[in-house]
Amino acid sequence: MLKIQNAFVNYGESNVLNDVTLAVPPGQVVCLMGRNGVGKTTLMKTVMGLLKPKSGSIHFGDEEMTRWPSSRRARAGIGYVPQGRGIFPYLSVYENLLMGFESTPSRKPDEAALGRVYALFPVLKQMGKRVAGQLSGGQQQQLAIGRVLLRDPKLLLLDEPTEGIQPSIMQEIEDIILLLREEAAMSILLVEQFLDFALKVGSYFYIMETGAIVMDGSVAHFDEAKAKEYLAV
Amino acid sequence: MEVLALQIFNGLSLGSILLLVSLGLAFAFGLMNVINMAHGEFIMIGAYMAFIFQQLFATALGGVDAGVWFLLAIPAAFLFAGALGALMEVTLIRHLYGRPLDTLLATWGVGLVLQQAARSIFGAPNVNVSSPAWLVGGFDMGSGMLLPYKRIFIIGLVVVAVIAIYLHLNRTASGRRLRAVMQNRQMASCLGVQSRRVDAMTFALGTGLAGVAGCALALIGPIGPSLGTFYIVDAFMVVVLGGVGRLPGTVLAALLIGLANTTLELGTTATVGKVLVLLLIIVFLQWKPAGLVSLQSRA
Repeated sequence: MLKIQNAFVNYGESNVLNDVTLAVPPGQVVCLMGRNGVGKTTLMKTVMGLLKPKSGSIHFGDEEMTRWPSSRRARAGIGYVPQGRGIFPYLSVYENLLMGFESTPSRKPDEAALGRVYALFPVLKQMGKRVAGQLSGGQQQQLAIGRVLLRDPKLLLLDEPTEGIQPSIMQEIEDIILLLREEAAMSILLVEQFLDFALKVGSYFYIMETGAIVMDGSVAHFDEAKAKEYLAV
Repeated sequence: MEVLALQIFNGLSLGSILLLVSLGLAFAFGLMNVINMAHGEFIMIGAYMAFIFQQLFATALGGVDAGVWFLLAIPAAFLFAGALGALMEVTLIRHLYGRPLDTLLATWGVGLVLQQAARSIFGAPNVNVSSPAWLVGGFDMGSGMLLPYKRIFIIGLVVVAVIAIYLHLNRTASGRRLRAVMQNRQMASCLGVQSRRVDAMTFALGTGLAGVAGCALALIGPIGPSLGTFYIVDAFMVVVLGGVGRLPGTVLAALLIGLANTTLELGTTATVGKVLVLLLIIVFLQWKPAGLVSLQSRA
């Protein structure tokens, strides 16, 4: 579904992604792990088009999208839940959700889709009129995830969805990822710091170190001793 | 008592004019952080639009007194100034985002070009727009108090403009997109919004409103190529005092400045009144740099 080939990405002079090759097969959950600052978020931003690779290519399905702007990627079916959640703080919760329909052909709200998301996150319905900036971190995370699920993305990018939120909501998010994995209708690329969480929901993993992929494999054959070398602080 | 009522009316009237000239600026400066020094020239364009309509269409549309031409000039000024603003955004401002000083200089240059263009087309001397007959005179409150219809009309026009903006921002999909882009540009494009189109629309809306303001100003004074320069400082004052990016703040600031100005003029002179208002604003901004209305959130 997603294929990144030999991507190099720079921030000014410094090289933050170094010859990264990564694939997310259809319907699978792929976890991207590594310490802070190794380039995981940079990789996510590159997939979403917020950063453009200096060389290398990114394919989505059969199409090359290396030079597409972010809005076109969204309309092609990529849903992005960024680190820090990226909600619109002065829009109401409901208005934030409606922004999720911007990437559909009609750009019109779809009640059935809203109903499905409300079933997953009832709190979003209760808080509909509240200004999104007043929600707790966990609620904002649910809002950010609900907002991209509305349009049934083909590929979901989740950047540290469990960062800084309380355990009960973490559990809820885990359940939802497992549910999506079972349905297998969408591919997921997940950046995660919690090893337990990643291993529970993922089917394949990549580990990054200073801008490059250093280890990858199926989660079923995860070599914890070897991986700890790259993950331990 | 009468003096008080008249003072309040004059304050509201001045406030409504200030609000009309600053609403458009609040869009460009407040929402997009673009310092549009050519804003005054878009006001001037709107005023000349009223003049053109009077010259070309008044006879065909029942004469100058009937005023149909004037009612048509308002939307025409909005559309023309808006289209010109969109053109300016696409060709110039878009390439200067994140470079406020360059934007300032470039838009100032555009302003000078527009002024000179007006001078070439209409000549340097001021021209006059005659008011429609139904705007001449005033509403007699009794005991010699007269509220000019023109002033009442301008207050009404501002109320309509504010309500229209409010509805557009808060009740339409395009307004929602606008607010989303202004709050988090990157995320809006990651959700599929074409933020550049939204930018052009927003800027066009701001210059369009300046055009409407120009039409209103044509009622109360002569029109010249440098009309805009008289209002640009006031407009910036209103937007900054109101709190950048907050339309309710802009409304409040315009009314406060209007009322303060007319009140302080009482017993002093017009110049002293203006100086006092400016001093009050400076002191206030020292105390609350964010302006009258500021935003808070966790995100």
